[in-house]
Amino acid sequence: MSAPVVGVPVVGVLALQGDVREHLAALRAEGADARPVRRPEELATVDGIVLPGGESTTIGKLAARFGLLEPLRDAVTSGMPAYGSCAGMIVLADRLLDAPPDQVTVGGLDVTVRRNAFGRQADSFESTVRFAGLDGPPMPAVFIRAPWVEEAGEGVQVLGRVEGGPADGRIVAVRQGNVVATSFHPELTGDRRVHALFVDIVRRHERGQS
Amino acid sequence: MAPSPDRSGTGTELVKRGMAEQLKGGVIMDVVTPEQARIAEDAGAVAVMALERVPADIRAQGGIARMSDPDMIQGIIDAVSIPVMAKARIGHFVEAQVLQSLGVDYIDESEVLTPADEAHHIDKSAFTVPFVCGATDLGEALRRISEGAAMIRSKGEAGTGNVVEATRHMRALRAGIRRLATLDETELFVAAKELRAPVELVREVAAAGKLPVVLFTAGGLATPADAAMMMQLGAEGVFVGSGIFKSGDPAQRAAAIVQATTFFDDPDVIAKVSRGLGEPMVGINVATLPDSERYATRGW
Repeated sequence: MSAPVVGVPVVGVLALQGDVREHLAALRAEGADARPVRRPEELATVDGIVLPGGESTTIGKLAARFGLLEPLRDAVTSGMPAYGSCAGMIVLADRLLDAPPDQVTVGGLDVTVRRNAFGRQADSFESTVRFAGLDGPPMPAVFIRAPWVEEAGEGVQVLGRVEGGPADGRIVAVRQGNVVATSFHPELTGDRRVHALFVDIVRRHERGQS
Repeated sequence: MAPSPDRSGTGTELVKRGMAEQLKGGVIMDVVTPEQARIAEDAGAVAVMALERVPADIRAQGGIARMSDPDMIQGIIDAVSIPVMAKARIGHFVEAQVLQSLGVDYIDESEVLTPADEAHHIDKSAFTVPFVCGATDLGEALRRISEGAAMIRSKGEAGTGNVVEATRHMRALRAGIRRLATLDETELFVAAKELRAPVELVREVAAAGKLPVVLFTAGGLATPADAAMMMQLGAEGVFVGSGIFKSGDPAQRAAAIVQATTFFDDPDVIAKVSRGLGEPMVGINVATLPDSERYATRGW
């Protein structure tokens, strides 16, 4: 029996601030109909949402001011696939460390994330991460004033960790159900395996619902 | 706290340029105190530029403008969680070394400060910390990139509250990039000569139709509409200097400029956020500025 025919998955990229264009390009290259999302009515048209790299405090404030915070929370809570890179990981986290007391997040991912965990820009670096469940060589990973997952809840699957150095063993890639997050930026390196994984999650989610 | 004791993988081109990619669609605000830095962060700035005097005051007070006091920069670094940038004088590589040692996240080799070298810009590739540089046209932008700049901004005319020079520079940059796309391989050699830029870089821009680094705008922006206009002219984000803290209600104006930058193509949002902002900074007619007081002519 052949797979049911389904349309091209529609994936939004939250486009309030950050490296939106790179995510859109990576998603399109993986076969998605990728669209920028800045308004609640645009969010309503997508099957999955990417929270890009950027400045998490800025993204949170703009999301709150333009009425996107609650719709995003509702979407993630109701099972819409979501992927966050760097700032996006922070925006998806249920709990934050080293954040201003009033920083708002979407949440949905049962993790505690430490902002700027590796240090300032001078400490930003390139490395590789062995990403659980993905075929091929370790993934090139660029960490830019990056966060890490300090603690992950029981239902959270750890997909990647830092290897070596003082941050050895720190969690930098996780998945909980349909929600994926990475401390690093696959959208900047040309390795699209994480985007392919996410488009596949969106496709399966749609298929399951249809 | 680097991930490896030998700091391998830090300060690469990808790490430096990638940092600027994260700032896109955002507003970087000049601040002179930790309190102003907090106001900027609360308003949604993606980064702050720590300096001792905003350009409008440098103009008014005259004298030599230098790198800021390290205590002041440290105070601002401690006050906010967003990235902190700081300015070094053109060519003053030791000011840049000091700023790197203080832990600033980006250095602006800036014409707003008094140049320290009349022939040489800083060799920016020698640093771990990334640099942003001003440009008035494509050739200048490519020369700075070839020296290691990981981000470019238009120069505009800082401290005037007058956007006319930023407009000129954004249009010149855009026209320069578009023109390259129409040239064949032979013509690109001549273009590189005319632009006084490496031919590899010229080829790269011709093929991509954009700079290989993020392009922001700066210099004279004072209103939400100014910011949105620069975005519509192809800027990927904006610097606002004197325009915020020389205005009547900095917190509200800062937030309004942030929103107008995100919704730069939506006049309804720009109209809404532009209401009731109080007095903008007074501003200067650039046409009446003597050449000696034009910052955009500094650097080459």
